[in-house]
Amino acid sequence: MTYLVSLIVGLIFGFGLALSGMTQPEKVLGFLDIAGHWNPSLLFVLGGAVCTTLVSFYFIRRQPKPLLARAFNLTNIKKIDSPLLIGSALFGIGWGMSGYCPGPALALLAAPNWELWAFVPAMLLGYAAQHYFSKPAPQVKNAPTEPRSCG
Amino acid sequence: MNLNEWINALLGGVLIGLASALFLLINGRIAGISGVINHLFFAQDRLWPALFILGLVAGAALNYALTGTAPTARTNFPVGLLIVAGVLVGYGTGLARGCTSGHGVSGLGQRSLRSLVATLTFLSAGMVSTFVVRHLLGVGL
Repeated sequence: MTYLVSLIVGLIFGFGLALSGMTQPEKVLGFLDIAGHWNPSLLFVLGGAVCTTLVSFYFIRRQPKPLLARAFNLTNIKKIDSPLLIGSALFGIGWGMSGYCPGPALALLAAPNWELWAFVPAMLLGYAAQHYFSKPAPQVKNAPTEPRSCG
Repeated sequence: MNLNEWINALLGGVLIGLASALFLLINGRIAGISGVINHLFFAQDRLWPALFILGLVAGAALNYALTGTAPTARTNFPVGLLIVAGVLVGYGTGLARGCTSGHGVSGLGQRSLRSLVATLTFLSAGMVSTFVVRHLLGVGL
């Protein structure tokens, strides 16, 4: 049943991404390009999405547990550290170069053009590289590991 | 940007927020795309991330079918720029453990300071990067 939920949630998410215009990289770059013809689309998308999560998450987090799982699978990392800052900066640079972030890039596989065949494999290579280099060094072997649940 | 574009952007955003809320309410998980990709490749249970991505693609396909339009490739956009950008997006969101959806939509929804810092960082880095590529290097316009 949770698998069916994953499929349906993905479906709503993908429909929303396409409807919002976020699968058009020109629109994303039109927002990020503050020195050009500024396009506020992304502000409306992020605004609509964050207003919805702000209100609904407030009520959801007061539930003792999710409807179909044993517990909420949330990260307990609160620290603002250099991986967060460096990672977000690198992501922002790539996003501003191309106009693609991970969600729209995957959703666009519904109507793939040659740009995706360059971007998506490169993005997966980036994940693989990050995963490979983030393997814990021997001296921190006994440090508590956190589930990769966020993001 | 016309009124229709505004409404679609807002409605699309609300749907993204709604999907994130349903995922947390029912499955107890954060609907963050970079996290879903990481789960698909590096976690034990690969079925749910595979189904999520299948749904993501199907949802976009449904919208393109209903509207009869789909985004097309830009003319003369440099392929090297896309490849470098792809690696940076993958590596960066992996390192920061979240992208526009995980930190931007769900993280801000949880009023997480960490996600707010991440979101402000990638938005400002994106603005600088777009400025450099478009206006200093004159590429991709």
